[in-house]
Amino acid sequence: MRCGVVVFPGSNCDHDVYHVLKHVLEQETAFLWHGDEDLRASELVVLPGGFAYGDYLRGGALAALAPVMAAVRRHAEAGGLVLGICNGFQILLEAGLLPGAMRRNRELRFLCRDVWLRIERADLPFTRGYRAGQVVRMPIAHSEGNYEDTPQALDALESAGQVALRYVSPAGELDEAWNPNGSARAIAGVTNRRGNVLGLMPHPERCAEELLSNTDGLALFAGTVAAAAGAVGAAR
Amino acid sequence: MSGAAAGAERAAGSRAAAGSRAAAGARAAAAEPAVDRELARAHGLSEEEYEKLCGLLGRAPSFTELGIAAALWSEHCSYKSSRADLKELPTAGPHVVHGPGENAGVVDIGFGLVAAFKIESHNHPSFIEPYQGAATGVGGILRDVFTMGARPIACMDSLRFGDPRAPRMRYLVDGVVRGIGDYGNCVGIPTVGGETGFHPSYDGNILVNAFALGIARRDRIFTARASGAGNPILYAGSRTGRDGIHGATMASEAFGAESEQKRPTVQVGDPFTEKVLLEATLEAMRTGAIVAIQDMGAAGLTSSGFEMASRGGTGVRLDLDRVPLREPGLTPYEIMLSESQERMLIVARRGRQEEVARMYRRWGLEIERIGEVTAGGRAVVTAAGRVVADLPVGPLTAGAPVYRRPAEPPADLAARRRPPEVPAPPGGLAGALEKLLTTPELASKEWVWRQYDHTVRTNTVVGPGGDCAVLALKGTPQGLALTCDVNPVYCWLDPAAGAAQAVAEAARNLATAGAEPVGLTDCLNFGNPEVPAVAWQFREAVRGMAAACAALGVPVVSGNVSFYNETADGAGGGRQIHPTPTVAMVGVVPEIDRVPRSHFTAAGDRIVLLGEDRGEFGGSAYLRLLFGVEQGMPPRVDLEAESRLAELLRVLAYNGAARTAHDLSTGGLGVALAEACFGAGLGARVEVPLAGPALFSETQARALVACAPGQLARVLRLAETSGVPAREIGEVGGAELVIATDGETVRLDVEPLRAAWATALPRALGF
Repeated sequence: MRCGVVVFPGSNCDHDVYHVLKHVLEQETAFLWHGDEDLRASELVVLPGGFAYGDYLRGGALAALAPVMAAVRRHAEAGGLVLGICNGFQILLEAGLLPGAMRRNRELRFLCRDVWLRIERADLPFTRGYRAGQVVRMPIAHSEGNYEDTPQALDALESAGQVALRYVSPAGELDEAWNPNGSARAIAGVTNRRGNVLGLMPHPERCAEELLSNTDGLALFAGTVAAAAGAVGAAR
Repeated sequence: MSGAAAGAERAAGSRAAAGSRAAAGARAAAAEPAVDRELARAHGLSEEEYEKLCGLLGRAPSFTELGIAAALWSEHCSYKSSRADLKELPTAGPHVVHGPGENAGVVDIGFGLVAAFKIESHNHPSFIEPYQGAATGVGGILRDVFTMGARPIACMDSLRFGDPRAPRMRYLVDGVVRGIGDYGNCVGIPTVGGETGFHPSYDGNILVNAFALGIARRDRIFTARASGAGNPILYAGSRTGRDGIHGATMASEAFGAESEQKRPTVQVGDPFTEKVLLEATLEAMRTGAIVAIQDMGAAGLTSSGFEMASRGGTGVRLDLDRVPLREPGLTPYEIMLSESQERMLIVARRGRQEEVARMYRRWGLEIERIGEVTAGGRAVVTAAGRVVADLPVGPLTAGAPVYRRPAEPPADLAARRRPPEVPAPPGGLAGALEKLLTTPELASKEWVWRQYDHTVRTNTVVGPGGDCAVLALKGTPQGLALTCDVNPVYCWLDPAAGAAQAVAEAARNLATAGAEPVGLTDCLNFGNPEVPAVAWQFREAVRGMAAACAALGVPVVSGNVSFYNETADGAGGGRQIHPTPTVAMVGVVPEIDRVPRSHFTAAGDRIVLLGEDRGEFGGSAYLRLLFGVEQGMPPRVDLEAESRLAELLRVLAYNGAARTAHDLSTGGLGVALAEACFGAGLGARVEVPLAGPALFSETQARALVACAPGQLARVLRLAETSGVPAREIGEVGGAELVIATDGETVRLDVEPLRAAWATALPRALGF
């Protein structure tokens, strides 16, 4: 699978995502420059974590207007896969490719720790490596991950099945004590209606190798690669 | 804003800046104050120093020259009170590539790689303005590392605060932690370890010591030696503003009642600019067009320009009209002394400056040619076509004054060292253990480190909270282990023993992860060196550190001295901090997949205690935190025993014999056992042949290990071979920590004890 990892000025998880795709999963992977509109024929485009353009104004607000985002929008509209992690999720929200917005974490502090997540949709191209209802552990590291929208919009999101991941207890139950940042309805990741764009706050690329004592994130990338291979296979 | 729009705005700004340059020159000619002894004194120069300066020049200095000389000869830049003593520290070793004197020390870590690292203080600015002070401390140390051509991969911070209830302390803790977090998190360098301590001696002077480590290929290291007359000098990064002027001199004075007014001397950081400066610099280095490079840290353009020329044995010509300015109207004096952050000074190869410039512009940064390297060893600074400073480089840098300050032990030393009474534990051993674990000093520091991104870059095999941090080195089977340590109470009672203990403990912490030390960097935090008792503390600490480094074979490859950590008491005296020689040590883990953890990992594992207790309570947590007593001789440092123990711990790790290794330090065996239980919420049942407070004795050269039952005989045999006393004391498992002593049996449920320990710090601070 051809993968592209966008580099904005201030991206700082670009190398981590590249490492998993290129070295762990051995996929053809390239960095994409924020100032270019060229996605270099990537099938999967990843917007990595970091502080694009310093997150001045709001997280993702300036990055959403970068030249590369015009190409990312066209790619998404054509059904191409777009994955936004952490700051990448914020950029997708600001670009209007996903619904909702981020507020500062409930405790108004940056938070770096492991969280438990329940896979709400295992039928997306990104989540086929998981079972629906599976509980996984991943690290978060953010200060603006408190997902918010109007009650009506949240209802619509739920009924359209766009909630991909939720913060839960280790036993998989919804419990505010295990919601790290105060996100509405414990939402950790959302997808668009078509299911080809996913944004999530946790960092699957930080738990994709045995050495880091957690490989729960690897299935997200491996599943995406397998899904793409399957789609190509089916087309043939 | 799109990239293109950002570029356009910068270009427009550039034109505005160019317009303001002529104005700066015009002002230079007009309103420079006349220099006299009084003004020199106000700049922190002594009578003799001013005479020496006039002698060097054969005339009185200009105002700009006075500012430059005062900054270069400040304690902060010149190390004038410490240089003579620092020569005692061993700096050579088989792994050392660059020792002290460069922006960071560099050691070989195998596989063609080197690690560049350094620790530096940002104490004074952090007390005045904690958020920016701590943030720019991180920024400065990161630049010191990437200026060597190394990509930063880890940060640590050693923090000392006063009593949590002291005035401003909650604000200081919050600001420092946020400042470190916001800066390091944005740049994307994980903060993987460090320490946070509380002691009333820091009520008026907190300590913020920031460490960074980077990795480079051995054949791609850069240094800061300006060479090649005619080579252009380039200025890259943020524009110069009025922030941070006199930061270096401020850091060379004690605090008085007016320290709040020093707020404008604190710099303001922009981590986003730092991040793009980092990427641009590493890319520019790959062009091969860079001869030398240095960041503009303390004393800004002055120190970077002079130090690069000094190391290269050359001179420089700087044209201040070309320096990018944030606002019009800065005088040459201000431009030379500004400590605006995120700026680099680069010597490029003649004719190749455009290759370098292209890389910086690609990342949206400004870069200007502001001068050139000259032969002849003088620094000539011009503004508006007029020479505003013409100074000899060597005498102002390498030839700065050196003082061997009069030293004598504090008058109350004998009283401090009188053997203390060791009362029985109040509320029994269990009560004492619970109380110790919930003091801010010994409580979990997770509240601090969870505000730092410690998992970015995906190398963090062991993060904060253990004995040391362990990072994987991608592409190799190896890892790096990092730790920083010091016990200021030990140092206050006996600076030599305390400094030696810090080195020994750091080496022991690395050994628990199976790491062999390759070098250390030190941050020596003391009071006013003009006070003989402080000069004595400093000299003793350096002596103790040197002895421990020599005995354990660990060279000092970089470091920093921070004096004047004291606050005037309003009656002509000063309150000094406890002497705090912070040691940050780096080691190589040969096999990254065989790193024991600091906590118990499997029920049924056998627990072995290594080393022997001598019942030592001088300066112990037990006496200080439960009885308010700081007295006695600190635990004896037996460097041979430490050496044997460290070797054994490395052998146990390398052979996969131990799954857990945790050193005994503050709070002794009792606290170490509890900590080992907390990591995975596993209990333990042990029996130890000791009575009463001995559970909290702080005798050194001891550690706990836990191993699978089948490995027990091997662990004991290896210990015997290594000459380390070892005793099986019990087993991991259950939900309780049970410690049977000669007398009381401690019996505590792990989970509530862990919860109390985990939440005690934010509770004490009111967060």
